[in-house]
Amino acid sequence: MKRRPPKSASRTRRLPKCPTGIQGLDEITRGGLPRGRPTLVCGGAGCGKTLLAAEFLVHGAVRFGEPGVFMSFEETAAEITSNVASLGFDLADLVRRKKLALDHVYLERSEIHETGEYDLEGLFVRLNHAIDSIGAKRVVLDTLEALFAGLPNETILRAELRRLFRWLKDKGVTAVITAERGREQLTRHGLEEYVSDCVILLDHRVDDQIATRHLRVVKYRGALHGTNEFPFLIGDDGLSVSPISSLGLNHKAPSGRISTGIPRLDAMLGGRGFFRGSSILLTGTPGTGKTSVAACFAQAAAQRGDRVLFFSFEESPNQIIRNMRSIGLRLEPLVENRWLRFHAARPTLCGLELHLSTMFKEVTAFKPAVVIVDPITSLLVAGTDFETKGMVTRMLDFLKSRQITSLVTSLTHSGHALQQSESAMSSLMDAWLLLKDLDGNGERNRALYVLKARGMAHSNQIREFLISDRGIDLVDAYIGPSGVLTGASRVAQAARERAEALASQQDSAGRKRALARKREQLEQQIAGLRSDYEQEAGELRRIDEQVGTRTSVLTAERTELARLRQADAIKVAAPGPRKPVARGAR
Amino acid sequence: MKASTAKQPDSASRRRESKLWQLRLYVAGQTPKSVAAFSNLKAICESHLEGRYRIEVIDLVEHPQLSKGDQILAIPTLVRKLPEPVRKIIGDLSDTERVLVGLDLRSAD
Repeated sequence: MKRRPPKSASRTRRLPKCPTGIQGLDEITRGGLPRGRPTLVCGGAGCGKTLLAAEFLVHGAVRFGEPGVFMSFEETAAEITSNVASLGFDLADLVRRKKLALDHVYLERSEIHETGEYDLEGLFVRLNHAIDSIGAKRVVLDTLEALFAGLPNETILRAELRRLFRWLKDKGVTAVITAERGREQLTRHGLEEYVSDCVILLDHRVDDQIATRHLRVVKYRGALHGTNEFPFLIGDDGLSVSPISSLGLNHKAPSGRISTGIPRLDAMLGGRGFFRGSSILLTGTPGTGKTSVAACFAQAAAQRGDRVLFFSFEESPNQIIRNMRSIGLRLEPLVENRWLRFHAARPTLCGLELHLSTMFKEVTAFKPAVVIVDPITSLLVAGTDFETKGMVTRMLDFLKSRQITSLVTSLTHSGHALQQSESAMSSLMDAWLLLKDLDGNGERNRALYVLKARGMAHSNQIREFLISDRGIDLVDAYIGPSGVLTGASRVAQAARERAEALASQQDSAGRKRALARKREQLEQQIAGLRSDYEQEAGELRRIDEQVGTRTSVLTAERTELARLRQADAIKVAAPGPRKPVARGAR
Repeated sequence: MKASTAKQPDSASRRRESKLWQLRLYVAGQTPKSVAAFSNLKAICESHLEGRYRIEVIDLVEHPQLSKGDQILAIPTLVRKLPEPVRKIIGDLSDTERVLVGLDLRSAD
């Protein structure tokens, strides 16, 4: 961005801006501080005013090619140099390369006697000289209010300050003026009266013994700006403001999948596990196996050749390794080969901001593909709800922008269906696994649901979750009229079903046998009937034969009789209408 | 009012020490305040430090880099370099009483 001369710039419609290079601040102010104008940065002691100012200059000199003058009224040049050296800024080098001028203005009231009219032309001359010597475009006056303590005549001072700000504008430098926070006004000595273009308020608040820094753009004349209070961190690489509401949602979405390390769970997640670069929330009551699932995931990832960074806020790394050995996970070799790295810290060690900046630093240094936070709820206690949500958003965003898969465990308390902070957090998450305790029949069993998994067909079924010395396995829970059965009840139910099946099997065999018997009986009956019939038929034949025999016998007898009577043989042989013989024979 | 007016002491008996007073007056250009300061200083020195003082006038417009050394902000500023300790008096030196107190001459009178 090429700089335009301030005179003409002030006439252009859009206010030209001067990027600070401070993470997040340029987003809030939509481009930076008003170019060629003074900006007032006020706040209480130790809230980072000097640092913000110093960073503004250093970034200007290093990244934007704008040399700067740092005029300090409190600390000496050597002090400032060593203070910001811890953030990786080498002021001495910048001074050598004529990119920066440090000037310490020292005022000791006891050494000064006032005798009549004076002005602050000396300050102007000094500042002018410093600006011209390196062609500075940026100026920091830290803390101008020291003048109020050093100079006795406030009337003159105020008049001179007014002249100073006017002069700075005419000079066309972008200035940052720091001031102490006042009791009833923004600054102790009402400097906001003179600097009306842009006012930034820094604040360091302690809520529940936890200190958090905030930044707010109170005023920005002629420009849109985020008006919220934004939390900010002072990390190892300087200041960073987290503008939650203005974060862009434009990370890449890789379609690669990674296994959870639990085959059945992969199956529940459309058969292939989580999306690479997604964020996964794992919630559960105490003792439901969150850490185990996380460790399983970590082991699978590390064995696959992904670097895994494991943030533990409850257990020491050794304890996790020992405990996971009991369920068949071997983490030590992975740690030794630097595939897996633990970072353990007590949540109460420091404020949320510091935790997060440490995490950022670790992630940047180790470059993991998978990050595990166990549990995030420990961090939630280190700040208020709103802050932590912001911070968690920021963390997830940070990880997502680097396409790092993150698995975050969260402790819920039994009784709460879904804790509020969880549901607030869950909207940020791509996948949500719920681990549950099922209580009944004098035992507790673990169960797992996939509550959500964006972008994949996932199972809606409950699975019983078994932890054995061979690792984690999921089995189908029994779902019947009496509800979901797990553990011993599930085993008992299965046994009962087997017994019932056996019984019915036996039953059908008996029935089959009975049927066979019946059929046999019937066949016997049929055979009996047939033999009866045959008997009768035989008899009938016999009768027939007897009848035949009798007829022939009768005929023979009749013939014999006729012969005996000596009847006409012929007449007998050919009977006519008169049968005296037959009548007589009867 | 170009630089140094120096007068060697001729009456060493005048007070506790006869050392040379080294005074430095910082101005920025020929402003009315600067001119007034110089003439006021001259008058005070003549009446109280006759012959034992040296005034050096530094114009910061010409030598801006010199403002750092004595930590000059206000103009005009009079710096008593010697005798030690260093004292600074700001303003046009019109309040003679205060100048004398500032230079630590009042109590001696």
